[in-house]
Amino acid sequence: MIVRISGEDQYRLADEDAARLNELENGVVQIVEGGSEDGFLDAFHALLDYVRAHGTPVGDDEIETSDVILPPSDLTFAEAGREFTGEGLIPD
Amino acid sequence: MAGLTGRMSTVVKAKVSKLLDRAEDPAETLDYSYQKQVEQLQNVKKGIADVVTAKKRLQMQESTLQQSVVKLDTQARQALSGGNEALAKTALERKNVAQTELQSLDTQVSELEEQQQKLTDSEQKLRAKIESFRTKKEVIKAQYSAAEAQVRISEAATGVGEQMADVGLAMQRAVDKTENMKARADAVSELEAAGTFEDVTQLGTGEDDIDRQLKQLSSAPAVEDDLAKMKAELGSAGPAGAAQIAAGEADGGASGASAQPSESDQQ
Repeated sequence: MIVRISGEDQYRLADEDAARLNELENGVVQIVEGGSEDGFLDAFHALLDYVRAHGTPVGDDEIETSDVILPPSDLTFAEAGREFTGEGLIPD
Repeated sequence: MAGLTGRMSTVVKAKVSKLLDRAEDPAETLDYSYQKQVEQLQNVKKGIADVVTAKKRLQMQESTLQQSVVKLDTQARQALSGGNEALAKTALERKNVAQTELQSLDTQVSELEEQQQKLTDSEQKLRAKIESFRTKKEVIKAQYSAAEAQVRISEAATGVGEQMADVGLAMQRAVDKTENMKARADAVSELEAAGTFEDVTQLGTGEDDIDRQLKQLSSAPAVEDDLAKMKAELGSAGPAGAAQIAAGEADGGASGASAQPSESDQQ
């Protein structure tokens, strides 16, 4: 499984890591949907750190398409909220 | 995956398919993709240059403000030793505002430095992938039938396209940040243009508009602290020191007006 952290790198992770990634992401989603910023950065960075710790960076000369793309590490709580209302991170 | 990643992936994929819209004949797609990639690389370089320009602008403002802080501090000292506490306070208020601006500029400069580093890294990655794509496309052209080539090309182009879309996102974020900072830098420039950090000895006895605004901007406790410290320092300097500074202040009051043009000449 190839996971990209936007603005950073692509990582190769074992398929078994998907379950844990899902859990971590759900944690972030719950906080964002709850509307209170408490714990947002911790949860979001735990998700990114998991990818960095368990993945191997894809070489710069390898061309791979990601299965999962995570937002950039400097994502703010407000931006995460916008993600869900559909405005999106990447402007056209 | 739903939520964060799902949305993110959808948006990136939409961008990638937009980039690869012209998938007619494989050979054309290959060269078109490559040409697009090289163009994008140029854009990234330009983006980095813009960030560097924005950073330099803030750094220049920083050095002007640093000079103002030193000047205002000296003037406050002179005013106080000459017994003009009101003028000393005005100078300290302005110094306080200048210092607050300096701190904020400092933070912004480091943020821009971080952005610059990130973009430079992204540019290197993108360049490596484009180079890889260039080699791959020649191999694909030489080795595969049209149908097979189509599949492999679209795989490779999608991979590079994703990298391009991602660099595009990083650039957009950098541009947004520098735009915000520009607005802030303009506000500081306006204060400077209004003479906020200029020679306070130029002020009359009455409060002007700038003063009233500054009183709201500057932190009263910090100004009072500065004033108390300065008084203590001047007090401990002894009568000789005080007299010397007082004499200097008397000069300064008179020569302040004549010194002003030469100072603005330097700027």
